[in-house]
Amino acid sequence: MKSAVLVFPGSNCDRDMAVALERVSGRKPKMVWHKEAELPLGVDLAVVPGGFSFGDYLRSGAIAARSPAMRAVADFAARGGMVLGVCNGFQVLTEAGLLPGALMRNAGLDFLCKPVELIVEETQSPFGRGYEAGARIRLPIAHHDGRYVAEAETLDRLEGESRVAFRYAEEVNGSERRIAGILSENRRVLGMMPHPERAIEAILGGVDGLPMFETLTQEAA
Amino acid sequence: MTSSALKPVAEPAITPELIADHGLKPDEYQRILDLLGREPSFTELGIFSAMWNEHCSYKSSKKWLRTLPTKAPWVIQGPGENAGVIDIGEGLAAVFKMESHNHPSFIEPYQGAATGVGGILRDVFTMGARPVAALNALRFGDPEHPKTRRIVRGVVSGIGGYGNAFGVPTVGGETNFHPAYDGNPLVNAMAVGLARTDGIFYAKASGVGRPIVYLGAKTGRDGVGGATMASAEFGEDVEEKRPTVQVGDPFTEKRLLEACLELMATGAVVAIQDMGAAGLTCSAVEMGDKGDLGVRLDLDKVPTREAHMTAYEMMLSESQERMLMALHPELEDVARAIFEKWDLDFAIVGETIAEDRFLILHGNEVKADLPLKALSGSAPEYDRPWSETPAAEPLGPVEAPMGSMEALRKLLGSPDLCSRRWIWEQYDHQVMADSVQLPGGDAAVVRVHGTNRGLAMTVDVTPRYCKANPRRGGAQAVAETWRNLTAVGAKPLAITDNLNFGNPEKPEVMGQFVACVQGIGQACEALDYPVVSGNVSLYNETDGAAILPTPAIGGVGVIEDLAQMTTLALKQADRVLVLVGPNGCWLGQTLYLREILGREAGDAPPVDLLAEKRAGDFVRRSIQGGLVAACHDLSDGGLAVAAAEMALAGGLGADLDAPPQGSEPHRWFFGEDQGRYLIETEAPEALLQAADRAGVAARIVGRTGGEALVLAGESAPLEELREIREGWLPAYMRGEA
Amino acid sequence: MKARVHVSLKPGVLDPQGAAVAHALGTLGFEGVKGVRQGKVLDLDLDETDPEAARAQVDAMCRQLLANTVVETWRVEILN
Repeated sequence: MKSAVLVFPGSNCDRDMAVALERVSGRKPKMVWHKEAELPLGVDLAVVPGGFSFGDYLRSGAIAARSPAMRAVADFAARGGMVLGVCNGFQVLTEAGLLPGALMRNAGLDFLCKPVELIVEETQSPFGRGYEAGARIRLPIAHHDGRYVAEAETLDRLEGESRVAFRYAEEVNGSERRIAGILSENRRVLGMMPHPERAIEAILGGVDGLPMFETLTQEAA
Repeated sequence: MTSSALKPVAEPAITPELIADHGLKPDEYQRILDLLGREPSFTELGIFSAMWNEHCSYKSSKKWLRTLPTKAPWVIQGPGENAGVIDIGEGLAAVFKMESHNHPSFIEPYQGAATGVGGILRDVFTMGARPVAALNALRFGDPEHPKTRRIVRGVVSGIGGYGNAFGVPTVGGETNFHPAYDGNPLVNAMAVGLARTDGIFYAKASGVGRPIVYLGAKTGRDGVGGATMASAEFGEDVEEKRPTVQVGDPFTEKRLLEACLELMATGAVVAIQDMGAAGLTCSAVEMGDKGDLGVRLDLDKVPTREAHMTAYEMMLSESQERMLMALHPELEDVARAIFEKWDLDFAIVGETIAEDRFLILHGNEVKADLPLKALSGSAPEYDRPWSETPAAEPLGPVEAPMGSMEALRKLLGSPDLCSRRWIWEQYDHQVMADSVQLPGGDAAVVRVHGTNRGLAMTVDVTPRYCKANPRRGGAQAVAETWRNLTAVGAKPLAITDNLNFGNPEKPEVMGQFVACVQGIGQACEALDYPVVSGNVSLYNETDGAAILPTPAIGGVGVIEDLAQMTTLALKQADRVLVLVGPNGCWLGQTLYLREILGREAGDAPPVDLLAEKRAGDFVRRSIQGGLVAACHDLSDGGLAVAAAEMALAGGLGADLDAPPQGSEPHRWFFGEDQGRYLIETEAPEALLQAADRAGVAARIVGRTGGEALVLAGESAPLEELREIREGWLPAYMRGEA
Repeated sequence: MKARVHVSLKPGVLDPQGAAVAHALGTLGFEGVKGVRQGKVLDLDLDETDPEAARAQVDAMCRQLLANTVVETWRVEILN
């Protein structure tokens, strides 16, 4: 699989994501600086990593969402390319309008870093195909603005089209309907708050992120 | 800016009041007059006050710091640079230091703590290392004190806010509460970085005519000496010029990190120095002093954030996220391009010169012209009078007012022993995806990226021991870090020390300092565990009341093969628990005494450094030999608390036997005797035999299994103990405890 | 020309920070605070000199960046 990882000033999970992608796909991803207006040729997957792009200073992800590289990602997504946004990446994808809704300050107001239990809600996308429907998996979260918010009809639509990818098994941050990750209409764009790239080795506390990277690699093959 | 109408005003005259406001004693001012043969200018006075204050000059502590062991074959750089450097194998070095940000954290807890983290991260990456872990040692006042809760909340979110955004995992630390910190909370931040051993950068400039480059954020009036404001005539713009709280910007710091590491890789850097306290002054002097060079600075070139900044303000500003660098001139374009890529200021503000001179120009005027070497070399150094801390009164017999399990419940729910989860869940402890041992264990362990090695690190000190017996307390702090590193299977290599004390002009406080340093030195010597960096914070007093002597120690060790790492969590039922080290009996200055009997009394527990070394070396060998399934060092709260922590971490019960004949249960279960470990093993015979051969005391004290903790037949469900231990801090922060 | 932008949450969007402030006011003894909604104020210094053109320009800025139209509304004030 050929993949690209976007890098904004203030990204800080870009390396972690690159390590995970290389480990599973056997291929080093291309790192794409935010000022680049095009993705490398032949890329199968574009990843918007976690961190605090541009300090998250106006709103989390807001400034990064308007960068040249994100415009390239939007074009790529429109052509059916696979896009994964994790944590700050999810925030960027919603700010860029590639996914509906918004991510707001956690209900408890504090930053939260801990492993959480997730329910796998869909297995029809290249991201979820490696899991069993309804499976409970454990991934770490690390965010301050992770409360997923959208209008009721949007939420109903997401549910109706089975586009809720992951749901927190228990209440974590006040997200509507405990939504932890959602898919685009064509199921090729996934945004999620938990970090699959931090769960690919037992020594780091778990391997529940592996199936996602494995099926993405297969999809691209 | 709309302030163009404001005229720069005349500098104030040098009066005795102005001198005193700069913290300079009459004899220190006389020293300046003797050195210069004339009266200093206002800017020069500011420069002297910055260079000769306690923070920069270590004038009260230097004599004693010199006595500390700082060498070992693995030490690449000891104290005196931005951070210490040790060789950890495979061509890699660990770069680390701990530093205090106490006073700013009291004034503005969030920004004080945040900028403390920012400062220590900069110390580490200035040396060419990528920070891979952050830790902190926090002391707060009495939980009942009206200010405590607000300070806890601000400090914790400040540490998280900075470290999380910067992208360094905050993996460990310690937190205590005590009324002695009511007006002086302590925020000690530690950072650990990784570099190649052949890629370390220093502050020492070399070569004449090297451009001196200003990097990073712009200069504002942040933290410019508050004391001087009262006496300086600033006219109607006094509000504009009021010194402001330093505000941290982790986003700029993250870019500065990436830009510096990119720049260092190009070979353009001759010398580099972080602008910390008294930023431009200290960093420029340091660079020249270490390289036996002079420095000329043209302040008109300094990027500023506010209008009409004076030379005085620019030289003393403590604006954050700035660096000073001496550059290979032929690589200027390469260097500039990197900083432009990261949208950071890059300005050539001066050069190195041959003469021993610190020459400051501003607006076509010479604002300062000083002998550079003398600024640090001639700084005062004091041999302050000190008095030996009186020996503690013997404790005498201690009754047990309640059963062991009831006492354990009380201890686990006490502010100093309860879970710190509320704190560390606010820190991203997993970013960089190499954290293999998370907060809550004996030591944090971070994998050395791309290898199978681990760096273990921990922060410790027991201030109540230091108060009762500073020499023992100093040694105990070092020994406890050494033990914590050992307990995860690491070989302890070196420490950084952050010495927090009261007013050194009081002989009894100076006596605490001297004895603590002596204790630290003895322990470092005995454990082959040198000091490679550190920081001193004095004058931590409010209304004449000093903090507890608090020499926080940060220890770093290495695990060569992460497969041999161990954790404190109990692993499997029906295994044996072995106590390594002496039987429990010491109750002086223990948490049992304080929390159960309401007394802070007696002497600190004795520290037998030879026994400590024997026990630790034995435990480490046993871990490497596969004899240890779980391991935990015994410290606050003794055997019972250690067993409870192991059981809760593993979600597996434990049954501790009744104490042996002649041993009182409260001493056995809660004594804080030193040099001890509790081990889960599936090979008790082999372990006990090996202990016997090593001359280390070891005995079976219980077994694993079930869903309860049992102390000599008294049982409590783990879930109940978990609720007690997890409950206090969140309830307190909600205002319910 | 100076413009001030007030960005606030749309009515009905949960605001835990505002709720926390309201709670804190209550504990300080300020009674009768029925609700608190927090937002942002941004002051812009513009080259534009025509108030209507400035307003249109700032409005576009809000739509594209300054506000998240999913959850936020804004109000533009032209100063001087």
